[in-house]
Amino acid sequence: MTATLNTTSETMPPMVEMRGIVKRFPGVLANDHVDFELRAGEIHGLLGENGAGKSTLMNVLAGLYKQDAGTIKVNGNPVIFSSPRDAIKAGIGMVHQHFMLVPSQTVTENVLLGLDEPRFFMRLSEYDSRIAELGRKFGLSVDPRAKIWQLSVGEQQRVELLKMLYRGANVLIMDEPTAVLAPQEIEGLFNTLRAMVAQGKSVIFISHKLNEVAAIADRVTVLRRGKGTASGVPSRGVTRQELAQLMVGREVVFFVAKKPCKPGDVVLDVKAIHAENDKGLPALRGLSLNVRAGEIVGVAGVAGNGQNELSQVITGLRKCRQGEVMLNGDKVSNRDTLFGIQHGMAYIPEDRTHVGSAPNLSVTDNVIMKNYRKSPISKGGMLDMPAATKFANELKQAYDIIVPTVNTPVRLLSGGNLQRVILAREISGQPNFMVAVQPTRGLDVGAIEGVHRLLLAQREAGAAVLLISEELEELLSLSDRVYVIYEGKIMGEIQVGGAEPNEGLVEVVGLMMTGTPLEQIRKEGVAA
Amino acid sequence: MTKSISRPRWTGYRIKIEPRLDQPPGWYPAAVSVGAIAFALILGGILIAIAGGDPFLSYAHIARASFGEIGVFSDTIVKATPIILAALACSVAFRMKLWNIGAEGQFIMGAFGASAIVLTPILPPETTPWLFIPVMAMAGMAAGAVWGFIPGYLKAKYNVNEIISTLMLNYIAIAWVNYWIFGVWTEGGFQMSAKFPETTWLPRLSDYASTIPILRGLTTHLGLLLGIVAAVALWFVVFRSRWGYEIRLIGDNPRAAQYAGINIARNTVLVMALSGALAGLGGMSEVTGVIHRLQTAPLAAGYGFTGIIVAWLAKLNPLVIILVSILFGALILAGREIQPSGVPKMIQGIILVSLIASDFLLRYRVRFVRDSADTDAEE
Amino acid sequence: MDFIIILQAGVASGTVLLFATLGEIFSERSGVLNLGVEGMMLIGAMTGFSVTIATGNPWIGVLVAMLFAGLISQIHAFIVITLQADQVVSGLALTFLGAGISVVLGEGLSKAGTVSLMPNFSIPLLSQIPALGPIFFKDQSVLVYVGYLMIPLAWYYINRTRGGLHLRAVGEYPAAADALGINVFRMRYLYVFVGGMLAGLGGAAISLAVSPGWFSELTTGGQGWIAVGLVIFAQWDPVRAAVGSYAFGALRRLILDIQGPTILFGLANPFYYNPYWGFFLQMIPYAFTIIVLVVGSREAMRKRLGAPAALGTPYIRGERGL
Repeated sequence: MTATLNTTSETMPPMVEMRGIVKRFPGVLANDHVDFELRAGEIHGLLGENGAGKSTLMNVLAGLYKQDAGTIKVNGNPVIFSSPRDAIKAGIGMVHQHFMLVPSQTVTENVLLGLDEPRFFMRLSEYDSRIAELGRKFGLSVDPRAKIWQLSVGEQQRVELLKMLYRGANVLIMDEPTAVLAPQEIEGLFNTLRAMVAQGKSVIFISHKLNEVAAIADRVTVLRRGKGTASGVPSRGVTRQELAQLMVGREVVFFVAKKPCKPGDVVLDVKAIHAENDKGLPALRGLSLNVRAGEIVGVAGVAGNGQNELSQVITGLRKCRQGEVMLNGDKVSNRDTLFGIQHGMAYIPEDRTHVGSAPNLSVTDNVIMKNYRKSPISKGGMLDMPAATKFANELKQAYDIIVPTVNTPVRLLSGGNLQRVILAREISGQPNFMVAVQPTRGLDVGAIEGVHRLLLAQREAGAAVLLISEELEELLSLSDRVYVIYEGKIMGEIQVGGAEPNEGLVEVVGLMMTGTPLEQIRKEGVAA
Repeated sequence: MTKSISRPRWTGYRIKIEPRLDQPPGWYPAAVSVGAIAFALILGGILIAIAGGDPFLSYAHIARASFGEIGVFSDTIVKATPIILAALACSVAFRMKLWNIGAEGQFIMGAFGASAIVLTPILPPETTPWLFIPVMAMAGMAAGAVWGFIPGYLKAKYNVNEIISTLMLNYIAIAWVNYWIFGVWTEGGFQMSAKFPETTWLPRLSDYASTIPILRGLTTHLGLLLGIVAAVALWFVVFRSRWGYEIRLIGDNPRAAQYAGINIARNTVLVMALSGALAGLGGMSEVTGVIHRLQTAPLAAGYGFTGIIVAWLAKLNPLVIILVSILFGALILAGREIQPSGVPKMIQGIILVSLIASDFLLRYRVRFVRDSADTDAEE
Repeated sequence: MDFIIILQAGVASGTVLLFATLGEIFSERSGVLNLGVEGMMLIGAMTGFSVTIATGNPWIGVLVAMLFAGLISQIHAFIVITLQADQVVSGLALTFLGAGISVVLGEGLSKAGTVSLMPNFSIPLLSQIPALGPIFFKDQSVLVYVGYLMIPLAWYYINRTRGGLHLRAVGEYPAAADALGINVFRMRYLYVFVGGMLAGLGGAAISLAVSPGWFSELTTGGQGWIAVGLVIFAQWDPVRAAVGSYAFGALRRLILDIQGPTILFGLANPFYYNPYWGFFLQMIPYAFTIIVLVVGSREAMRKRLGAPAALGTPYIRGERGL
């Protein structure tokens, strides 16, 4: 599990040296005089919470952004990157968190994109075999002729790595690579990275997940709010608590204390639903679950296993071919969203800007989205604007939304504030059921804690909450029960209770996330 | 997100363009629009000069010929009236991001619908104006609504691009009306229908000249009132009604609207029909207030396209549309006599281009940044 | 009615649409919607005609027409790529602009007298193929033959070359192209220019080959818009675009010719005896475009294929994935 340090590299010039990097975006100083140093043949972890500036720093190194100040040296030579091409020529390649792959094109076409050869005509078959060969060499096998949209997320990640390796990258930057992987796949990725280091590559591993960075990295650099708080610290020399404190700056509570669960009747009953995704392929295959009043039920799973389709079928945004969803005894599936809204359903969508809000409309316009049909907001077809504004101001107070006035267009709001607007809107309707999908993605710790508090408050008030999230820690600490979804089916359900998540639990969930049903796990005797 | 455009070092400054984080002050959008128009007029002047005309003469002529004195101002208003209604039609569709380029065709069909009442005849010529005019208005709106309904339905059901479908319907509308003019209602073989009886004419200010002598010769007609009423009504609908809220929500984010339970397909059809009805009302007003017969040339005069520009310039606000329509009415009125003849259309195009380009200034701010010592050369 | 003549003229007329449609395909494949095709065609027609009168050489006229139209289209490119404005409205503005400029600068051209046109010729062996020969290879303008060559070239470029791969990537997922060092902005400017050039070529083909002369705004008669519709029908593929363009060309010619003879298919020709029914004939190309759009859109919905994914949205670096 531990990586060995290559002691000779301590005396050579560092592979990559970044000094005093400053990068500003309008309204935020993303990197504030940050130093970073990568030695040859090491795995270097770059740790920090969301918004700390890690991706920005590495985007500068990869040539996507130009720093406002500071220098970069590669192998002791100062370099100036004016485009990703320069960085790639210098041997630096980045695998982004959101894959930069063209879905409708093949693996080979994606790998060849942007290269100067073939000069004009493409004879794809010879490149197909070259790329397959490269894949075998590094243990990243994938069918070069497959189209990207046909591949699983893990396979797509391999394509991204192949892209960089094909270009002769010696430094590989991985940006949050485990976000899309199940625990077992993560181990596979780690082995791949170690293999690459053995073949002479160096790796920078960006993550906000402490445990992983501690597990894989030789040395760690920590960023907090744009500043470096620890630079190149050997990972064996620090404890988890110390790293956390460097990340956040204060005592971090790792799990949330909550009152014991007193579940009531079943509020949401999903019965064996089958549904297709946008491409017409089956996304949900006979999925069943239920949520009772006063509990939080989590749905764990690697992204792309049907979570989106599940939330869409429940809220009425997608039709299901078979099966039904009952809300308090009323059929709510295959009906328009209005029905759900009128029966007390609330929805915190994953995509705040593109689904959850109307960016150019004001805060007021956004918060009345669900109740504008009823008095006091509207009377007989006409809106009562003073009443709407009063309502918006009340919510602004209650949910601590920081905004100049409620007439401000919401596109000017920060991510955390926007989420508060959405939560305010959804919760103020006193829902008896809430679906929250990735509610804390991209938020800083303060905002995350706020969202967690609100979810728990709903639970206490007797609402039924369905929490779909890719953050296992969040799920395991907030939920009373957790279902695990894999390829559109439920692999199993476990009670979580209020204890701190233990390794055994994580392992069981991890196994389910990669396709092993719960009964099989119990039979084969893995400690649960 | 930041784009830095470097300028040579001789100024010691750099120009930085970055997105705005807050709203610009209230007067800013208006100032930018005025600036864009000024720029467009200057550019237009240059092009006029290249083509051999005299820009100063042309513009002075426009000013005099449209606002010079009360009679001329009245003519400007007459020209502006159809533009108001066409622009209102475009504005309501654009609010839902439905690009109705077919206001021209809907306008013509509205004129056709109103004319059908007279020429078929559905109401005899002796009918009192109190009946005639409302019926014609309704017929005009209905015909326009049908012409808007078609592309709306095609979009809602088959996702047919409404830009092209509405545009094609423009050409079809012209051919349709031509058929009726030439083949059915022709007056002595000329390219127009019979003149409408006076009972169908929209009342004009000059009708009251006997009691109020100042009004003599002023051809401003009831259509103006129709336009203003429509504008005010539309303002209330868009900003104060539930339906208007739904339209605005769909236009800003259809997925959010879908989540809120709003039926996008139904609203597509309704809004396109409303848009067509407004344009149709414009056609009715023009044919009963000014032309007094069914004749293609003065109807297919580009009001639909001017309406697009006016709606955009007015930022889709119905009340501002009234003012801007008057400006454009002046342009069209005076433009008739300008040489070279394509000038008004060209200026309209330049104004629209400048406006769109100037929108940039509302979303981004331009800053001059002193080159500091620790900033490396960019390129 | 001689069908051979009709189809022959149809191929010529269709070539105009072909150029405009191919140009718009290139532009849209890179992610930029350019609705100004009609305006660019008018500019091409006017410029081609006027330069040919000035220089006496139609080849120069065509070349300058292409360049000028391409240049004007760069205004649209600047507004939607650099200033990131709405592509629909900018395209419309470009149409007005193009129409306006061409009318203003083309003032007086229609009375300029005769002008030397692009040469016509026949291809020796091919024109003797029964049926197809006279239609495609006999006495056609040189521009028509250029059109024939352009179809396979365009297809090959888009699907089998590195440049085409980059083009498709920029239109489908510009972030991916950007991350690999492809200059998305530069490519889009380039392909908008290509689109403008080809639209200008289409316009010049009207005024210097197919329907010689300059008739102010009426010169193009909405063909630019039909081209935009054909792009959707063509599912952004050059070969389908060709099929659509030639079919339309034949249709337009058919409509003209159908009013002539007294006997039509053995019966008295209603269009001869009721000349006003000709107006309904006029409607046909436009109604047909709508039908073509319905068919094309339904197919796209069914196959879940469709436009290049990034069509119509400006590329802003810093917004990734989501």
